[in-house]
Amino acid sequence: MTTTTTGTTAVTGAVGAAHTRLEGLAKVTGAARYAGEIPFAELAHGWLVLSTIARGRIRAVESAPVLAMPGVLAVLHHGNAPRVDGNYTGPLGAPDPVVQVFQHDRVPYAGWPVALVVAETPEQAREAAETLVVRYDQEPHEVAFAAGHPDRYTPENSPQSPAETEKGDLAAELAASAVVVDAQYTTPEEHHHPLEPHAAMARWDGGRLEVVDSNQGSRFVAEELANLFSLDPASVRVRSEHVGGGFGSKALRPHQVLATMAATVLQRPVRVVLTRRQMFSVVGYRSPTAQRIRLGADADGRLRAFDHQGESVTSTVREFIERSADMGRVMYDAAAHHTVNRVVRLDVPTPSWMRAPGEAPGSFALESALDELAEKCGLDPIALRARNEPAAGPVSGLPFSSRKLLACFQEGARRFGWADRDPRPGRRRDGRWLLGTGTAAAHFAARAAPSTASVTAEADGDFIVRIAAADIGTGARTALTLIAADALEVTPERIRMRIADSDFGPAMIAGGSMGTRSWAWAVTAAARELREQLALGGGIPPQGITVRSDTTAAIAALAQKERHAFGAQFAEVAVDVTSGEVRVRRMLGIFAAGRIVNPLTARSQFIGGMTWGLSMALHEEAVRDRASGAPVGADLAGYHVAAHADVPPIEADWVDDPDEDDPVGIKGIGEIGIVGGAAAIANAVWHATGVRHRDLPIRPDRVLLAGGGDRAAG
Amino acid sequence: MREFGYRRAHDVHGAVALLAAEPEARLLGGGTNLVDLMKTGVERPALLIDVQDLPLDRIEVTQDGGLRIGATVTNSALAADPEVRRRYPALAQAVLSGASGQLRNMATVGGNLLQRTRCGYFTDPAAACNKRVPGAGCPAIEGEHHNHAILGASGHCVAVHPSDMGVALAAFDAVVGYETADGPGELPLAEFYLPVGDTPHLETALPSGALITGLRLPPAPVAAVSRYRKVRERASYAFAIGSLAAALDVHDGTVREVRLAFGAVASRPWRARTAERVLTGGPASAEAFAAAADAELAAAEALPHNGYKVTLMRNLVVALLTELTEEAAR
Repeated sequence: MTTTTTGTTAVTGAVGAAHTRLEGLAKVTGAARYAGEIPFAELAHGWLVLSTIARGRIRAVESAPVLAMPGVLAVLHHGNAPRVDGNYTGPLGAPDPVVQVFQHDRVPYAGWPVALVVAETPEQAREAAETLVVRYDQEPHEVAFAAGHPDRYTPENSPQSPAETEKGDLAAELAASAVVVDAQYTTPEEHHHPLEPHAAMARWDGGRLEVVDSNQGSRFVAEELANLFSLDPASVRVRSEHVGGGFGSKALRPHQVLATMAATVLQRPVRVVLTRRQMFSVVGYRSPTAQRIRLGADADGRLRAFDHQGESVTSTVREFIERSADMGRVMYDAAAHHTVNRVVRLDVPTPSWMRAPGEAPGSFALESALDELAEKCGLDPIALRARNEPAAGPVSGLPFSSRKLLACFQEGARRFGWADRDPRPGRRRDGRWLLGTGTAAAHFAARAAPSTASVTAEADGDFIVRIAAADIGTGARTALTLIAADALEVTPERIRMRIADSDFGPAMIAGGSMGTRSWAWAVTAAARELREQLALGGGIPPQGITVRSDTTAAIAALAQKERHAFGAQFAEVAVDVTSGEVRVRRMLGIFAAGRIVNPLTARSQFIGGMTWGLSMALHEEAVRDRASGAPVGADLAGYHVAAHADVPPIEADWVDDPDEDDPVGIKGIGEIGIVGGAAAIANAVWHATGVRHRDLPIRPDRVLLAGGGDRAAG
Repeated sequence: MREFGYRRAHDVHGAVALLAAEPEARLLGGGTNLVDLMKTGVERPALLIDVQDLPLDRIEVTQDGGLRIGATVTNSALAADPEVRRRYPALAQAVLSGASGQLRNMATVGGNLLQRTRCGYFTDPAAACNKRVPGAGCPAIEGEHHNHAILGASGHCVAVHPSDMGVALAAFDAVVGYETADGPGELPLAEFYLPVGDTPHLETALPSGALITGLRLPPAPVAAVSRYRKVRERASYAFAIGSLAAALDVHDGTVREVRLAFGAVASRPWRARTAERVLTGGPASAEAFAAAADAELAAAEALPHNGYKVTLMRNLVVALLTELTEEAAR
């Protein structure tokens, strides 16, 4: 069926039906251009030089020999770089000092930016950068993280996200508990490496700074650059048409600042592209965590005591907290309830937001501990969770806008065949493989942030939507098109979606699972108002009719509730305890995440998250050399992510999760897919072998040395 | 990266002459390792001599029933060759367990032998490494070494050789053929890789200016019942943390002949001759297999984080020889 009417016939139903990506053809044919490959006249190329010491001062940057090399145009460093001002607070807080490049001679960690070599070609820049000699005065450093570090501290509480929450008498409730789990879990340093490395081109054009970038929020980057370089925000334009993945790593990073600096100094366009190896030091990462969990319960599994203490690393230059202990504030209640996120400052790069910050490592520990409690109580892990469903937010006391956790477990158990499971570990074998199944809960907050959008009714009957949204591979462009089509009651073909341009006004970044929810809100608001205007009749002038929206007031007016997406993860694994190999045989995730805009891309996003959960469980681990303070094997040969052969059939689906009180009903699905995945796999490994693995990743050497499976062998 | 020259050689003598004329030249086969190392600055050749067009891309059965394999035969072609699969199945399995289909289509037999270790300190020019810069030190010994050597290492280097193919070749007594300006030569694989000692930067006994022309595999009827098993940290596309090539000839429960070679435990493919001696003439039982592995691994010197490899190799020997015993009984 084709619709060729001109707006008088109401059309809805685009949301909820599967749509392929609007830019899919362009991407698979190579027509879609990315920031690192768009040609510009007179383009010069910058190559970053990072510190090779982990702490100290730069004594000298020996530029002269390098400046004599072919094609070299400039060497920027702390002695000659333009000044920037990092003394401001943006939407994500004060800027990470790593973006305030070349402002002083201090080196706070290995991989700190110390110079940028700019040349006519990338090859010349790289050769010169690798030739550049930087001399240091080295100081002793410390990079080793372990549980209970003597220098750990509890950060100051902020009202929005306190570092510590506490109610009840923990010691008394633990003492009164019939069953107690007290266990330590660790997760390693993990990195987010989008397929497309970070890249930015900066140039001055007619008095405006123009940046073509790969980021998760063009408006955000523009405002940060304006702040740093003391520019009128209106004189900065940042675009980011296509982005090959972000995962939290593509906010403001040194490459945009470096390109801007060099373009300013040289008065010509400059592009800076990061290498994989550089990305291990300058784009953020997930801190390692050490977590202690104490659960006290009555014999029937009802929790009396809940204690989750998370520790993570931050740098000496900025406090970032990997909030691994937060999950229990939403998931489980108990008479005594304590959560705390502590940090220790080491001579390492500042960690940052990485897919499901806090929840990914936190859910591994917490959902493993729940499984251990179920085992000790002789209860089915799902029954244990059902017994502990809270009526309201355990810490906030607020009602849940919707909480469909048990519906996820119920549907998941049915489809996974959970009812047939023998709860005893080490009972199933297939040749050399021991088999086991496991489950875990998932959760992620459903928040929104103020955004603006404009919708223009064109004289030809089409509609142009403009919003500084980012499509980092999630399908956001397509999802917003469907949202706009339904709001305007036209077919999606009538929508021309323009995104990723800071000139379109303030908008939430693609982050925190808040992008689609926040942008859809703004697009819907503008579209509805436009439709009302059009309903009044009258022609459309040649310049069209434009309506702008701003959701700031609407979001502020939203009732205080616990708003979250939930999910249930299931995994089946095969373990060979004689070789240490673990293979995941299947995974199932059932989620309750509000309204699903595009089932096709939503399923992909869930599956992507679950795959990452698998990768986190079995493979991912960055190693830091204690002596040098630098990462070892800092490339994708050394840092293993799951290969195709590791990834079994993965199913993701969802249950209805309507929320009549919510103006958009969308909860966001960016992170929840990874939450609980590693725990489900770790619990399945226990079920296969009878051995608990509390340290990620569950590497062959760990499985081999831990043994297990004795009963199955007999 | 350093600017480099590029020449394509069309015959062996031409390649050898180019190599003799430029001491900083490197031979380019599939480039699957060398080009990566050039990008990161570990290798900085002045000249690449492309040898992919040399007429060394054939696999032939020799008169005595062995095989002759040209140096530019790709890994894909080697693994798919019917004679390789029939006569030396562990060799085909070893090659197939490495890298990815795309890489195997490019990678050559000669290049595979000469590939460099993937030790994270070796591949990072910012790190110290005795293999890259003699005398610079080996941070792996005190640092990250959970996939490093347990056999034959030294206080100067604990890196492991990454090749899977080489492990099967070691089991089957392969002989490396080469050509120099002074004429052709041969090196048994057992002598091809040098002991680490205090010269980890010297990896092979190839004379300078030599071009590998191919391999000779002597006839080995025992190889017809052989397997390669590789354990790694993910299911594909990773180097081994321990691997084993094994061939077994059992008659009436007695081991008549056995071949064992370990991978990812030493700076070279590790022929387990001690284990072979212990097994030969004795019973083909799990206990005997374990005792033989223990005898071989008695020489192991584990570092704090790679001791699991002793257990792993022992388990692999028992598991694979048990499988082969069952296969032979069928």
